[in-house]
Amino acid sequence: MTGLALIGHQFRYDQKAFWRNPASVFFTVMFPVIVFLILAVVFNGETVKVRGGVAATTYYVPAIMSLSIISATMQTLAMTLVIAREDGRLKRGRGTPMPPWVFIAGRIGNSIVVAVMMMALLALIGGVLYGVGVPWDRLPAILLALIVGAASFCCLGIALTAAIPSQDAAAAIVNALLLPLYFLSGVFIPEDQLPNGVIHFADVFPVRHFFDAFFDAYVPAGGSAVSWDNLAIVALWGVVGLLLAIRFFRWTPRNG
Amino acid sequence: MPPSPAPVISIRGLRKSYGETEAVRGIDLEVMPGEVFAFLGPNGAGKTTTVEILEGYRKRGSGEISVLGEDPERAGREWRERIGIVLQSGRLDPYLTVRESLDLYAGYFRSPRPTEEVIALVGLEGKADERARRLSGGQQRRLDVGMALVGDPELLFLDEPTTGFDPSARRQAWDVIAGLRDLGKTVFLTTHYMDEAQRLADRVTIIAAGQIVARGTPEDLGDRENQPTTIRYRAAGEEVVVETATPVRTLNELTGAALAKGEELEGLEVTRPSLEDVYLELTADGEATKEARP
Repeated sequence: MTGLALIGHQFRYDQKAFWRNPASVFFTVMFPVIVFLILAVVFNGETVKVRGGVAATTYYVPAIMSLSIISATMQTLAMTLVIAREDGRLKRGRGTPMPPWVFIAGRIGNSIVVAVMMMALLALIGGVLYGVGVPWDRLPAILLALIVGAASFCCLGIALTAAIPSQDAAAAIVNALLLPLYFLSGVFIPEDQLPNGVIHFADVFPVRHFFDAFFDAYVPAGGSAVSWDNLAIVALWGVVGLLLAIRFFRWTPRNG
Repeated sequence: MPPSPAPVISIRGLRKSYGETEAVRGIDLEVMPGEVFAFLGPNGAGKTTTVEILEGYRKRGSGEISVLGEDPERAGREWRERIGIVLQSGRLDPYLTVRESLDLYAGYFRSPRPTEEVIALVGLEGKADERARRLSGGQQRRLDVGMALVGDPELLFLDEPTTGFDPSARRQAWDVIAGLRDLGKTVFLTTHYMDEAQRLADRVTIIAAGQIVARGTPEDLGDRENQPTTIRYRAAGEEVVVETATPVRTLNELTGAALAKGEELEGLEVTRPSLEDVYLELTADGEATKEARP
């Protein structure tokens, strides 16, 4: 098979395994939907005082989409790659003629497909339940934010595997990093209710900048659709992740 | 006379250290085409280090290695088309079925063996659509072997294929491995079970503390024929143990002396070392032997 056909082959089986794994389906698919519904029910009718005032339900559609994209890429990759590594499946794959990058590429393809599906699902739920429209005229800007974000958070997820010693630690470490950042970055709590100091702190990390960029692309009330400075910072984090991944990613189990 | 075939694996003076510890201390061996070769030794003897160097996973310290005519450290995809690897510990994707796991791997090779054939080879016909997580340990191991057979390799590495198995799972795994010989595969098997080597291998090489301590067929291993015979009896309530290379003469002398005095040799016993004794004796010098008896 050629490189592309091999990636497609790998991707098909990664998709099967993803949808059959209750942990991935819960964390990546169910969790964002549940969080969106809870936040929408609680804050329905309120206005978030950003960019001239945005309905809370409109605010939460791009917010939870950002979370879903990060979850489908960084979180899913970090967790499934650590499990595959500790199971010896990465090592075993390296013993075959398959070029190792095919394995990673299949997983990245899986993450991106899931991320796009989650965007569609959240747009549908937001539209049907709360009348939040899809800004079709801003699709290029949305796709740009998606591509930069997905690529960067994939790199960060792969890099993060190097810091995760075991399968048991994977979910704990990933959630301990991401959950607080979702709160501090305005994904869960509307940013007009967060103290300035918190936003400044969150500004150090890529979650906040990605959410900012994605929000600018998605919400028509905002200014320019493309938030170049935020995307640049996300991409910079991605490059750092890529370099760390190239340097520290391991194929063999830690425990043997 | 046809020329003798080139060895599939040839090792000369292999050494490997981890920090201060020398795990492999200068070993030589050859594996010929079509044979089942057992590399036997206690835990920590250097078996896995050696096999992982042969598989290309680890770099050697020093020495010469040729596997299928290539240096594993530099060998590429073409070489990997010709080998199959079953790692010592490895779990399968729990959410893929037997058939899916094999199909996934079939995609990695240029000319894979048909999946249905592999399923039959490892005796998983009734489990083809079962997800790996629902297989028993023995069945998972057979699928493991199946995944190494998908590429239809000439050479198969099996690193401790039955460690931790119950007797019936071991027997099933053994049947599969014995079947590989009939396919004409060369098999490099590591194990710390004497009976496994005896049952499966054409030739056995024993490694202890990083050095080869014996080699031969399972029958003549450790020069068992020429090992001393042990004669035991009790005299005046005390056990007497005599080790002798000439048991007939020694026994004749002992019984002759006893007859002359009109005494019995109480509890007289004449034993030859079992293969297990030979193995334990041979591997007893290494530091690793503490762990040798599971």
